[in-house]
Amino acid sequence: MKYSEAIRDAQAVMMREDKRVFLCGLGVPAPGRVFGSTAGLKEEFGDQRVFDTPASENGTLGLLLGASQQGMRPIMVNQRVDFFLLALDQLINQASKWKYMFAGKQEMSVLVRLIVGRGWGQGPQHSQSMHALFAHIPGLKVAAPATPYDAKGMIISALQEGGPVVMIEHRQLYEETQDVPEGIYRVAFGQAHVAIEGKDVTLVASSHMVSEAKKAARSLMAHGISVELIDLRSLRPLDIQTVYSSVKKTGHLVLVEGDWKPCSVSGEIIASLTERDPKIFEAAPIRVMWPDMPAPTSVALEEVFYPSVKDIGEACLKVLGRSVSMVEEKTEKVKFNGPF
Amino acid sequence: MIAKDLKKKLLRGMLRLRLIEERLAAIYHQADEIKTPMHLYTGQEAAAVGVCAALAPGDTVSTYHRSHGWYIAKGGDLNAMMAELMGKELGCSGGWGGSMHLLDAAAGVMGSSSILAATVPHAVGAALAFRMKGEDRVAIASAGDAAIEEGVFHESLNWASLKKLPVVFVCENNLYSTTTPLGSRQTSVDIYKRAEGYGMPGARCDGNDVGDVYTKALEAVDRARRGEGPGLIEVMTYRWREHVGPNYDWDAGYRTKQEVEGWMEHCPIKALAAEFPAQEVQSYRDEFEKEIDDALVFARQAAFPRKETVKA
Repeated sequence: MKYSEAIRDAQAVMMREDKRVFLCGLGVPAPGRVFGSTAGLKEEFGDQRVFDTPASENGTLGLLLGASQQGMRPIMVNQRVDFFLLALDQLINQASKWKYMFAGKQEMSVLVRLIVGRGWGQGPQHSQSMHALFAHIPGLKVAAPATPYDAKGMIISALQEGGPVVMIEHRQLYEETQDVPEGIYRVAFGQAHVAIEGKDVTLVASSHMVSEAKKAARSLMAHGISVELIDLRSLRPLDIQTVYSSVKKTGHLVLVEGDWKPCSVSGEIIASLTERDPKIFEAAPIRVMWPDMPAPTSVALEEVFYPSVKDIGEACLKVLGRSVSMVEEKTEKVKFNGPF
Repeated sequence: MIAKDLKKKLLRGMLRLRLIEERLAAIYHQADEIKTPMHLYTGQEAAAVGVCAALAPGDTVSTYHRSHGWYIAKGGDLNAMMAELMGKELGCSGGWGGSMHLLDAAAGVMGSSSILAATVPHAVGAALAFRMKGEDRVAIASAGDAAIEEGVFHESLNWASLKKLPVVFVCENNLYSTTTPLGSRQTSVDIYKRAEGYGMPGARCDGNDVGDVYTKALEAVDRARRGEGPGLIEVMTYRWREHVGPNYDWDAGYRTKQEVEGWMEHCPIKALAAEFPAQEVQSYRDEFEKEIDDALVFARQAAFPRKETVKA
């Protein structure tokens, strides 16, 4: 099953299971069906539970939160993270505060699906991931699943547990495939997944960067380097313990994340590990992230802006004190075709 | 024409609210036991009381930082409000909310919020949920005149109109956003007329005439309940005391004492109370003062939240 199909399937099984669940967003029932992730839902559940919205992100999120006060479990879909930034009042000031502001007597529940663009000239306003922004806010849960299995399981967790949840979906993961169980199963928030076990270097990644990190790990293996790859899955709560256990074993840490370094999730991991055990690192950790500037549009500049598999591999070599010229990686062509 | 027993209900509702707010003004700094920014409702009583009298018990109100009026008028628990103002565990929000964040879901008071217009879409969403669940309920969104300047207010009206939802928007136009007058913030288009642009009826009422507020609210609420869609009501009203806090502020420089006194002269309670025997009105006062005394005792005796609830 493709990543996009797993998302579709998770929403469908939950809407069958739970009458409180409904789904809306600009373009949800439109021909493209949000890159396939809402395909067939309008047909199965009708236009009272699957519907389009005005281009009013803040108003729409506020409306869904108001519906959740009456017991509903809404899903809001946004084709790009960037546009959703108009809804930050409802997300940060309202949704994430509500349970605390009212001592648990009332909680707002919503699953906000946000899609990150990359490539084909998406440019500065169609490609932000905003991991750090969302992960900063107490009261939110933030998922960044890298696999179809996790995407489905985390949607189900979000809708069953309630509370406000932001799920960051990378557009370039949409075509990735994996066996996904039928029916209902959960993937918990706050539990990272050790995607590859290894002993030399800990490679921490999230979202789309997990697939890039996997390629780098395979390449390094061919050079006799054993990489332990940790897929964070959830950016808040953040599973520091799993990273800690791994780094305790390897002594070396490389973090790869599609975001900017300042105040980042990767920075938070380094800080948390340092607070816990300042001697845990045998070498200074390395972050492989975006240059500290908005994403460019030109294809020539995109190639430089986004870290490659080669960059990840070389960072692992560098942290291990090895020569960095040994990784020769042909960049695989991504399946994503534009324009959007 | 409003029946006598309804008039009595409206008078009692406004008087009770007035006495609560004036008591809070009196003890706020004096006793220093209420440590929360408090936006008193004195002068605006006819708005919340008039609108809430037009509602059924299952209807909801989503309101804003000047929250006491709506909380009390919709039937929120007074003891729990007083305890909340003192930051106590038995407060309606467990001591985590304070004056701006009151909740009594059983009474239909949805959580209030301090960000302008933030709860306006919540009322629209409540109305959507009522529709989805087939429930015969109406949602009220209450907001001040400055909330009309927020984008989300307009997004909410568009949404409500698009889906023809059972929600009534109530704008309490008290002419100032903190100290900035309406004319410095908005074009001269009357607020209630903005409804027309969203394809819904708009009405303006005299906020010193609770009967006028009630009548126009009832019309809009009934219409919404019949499935004919949302409406907007603008209540022309006035905040007697300072924006936040217990004092009068005619020396602050943004409005004159004459202006404030002009509104006080047309006090919504005074006008209605004159229709009742003085002795009867006094008996209501005595009843409410006693109730307030008891609520304050309840709040003072309540415990603070356990410190362990704040975690590192």
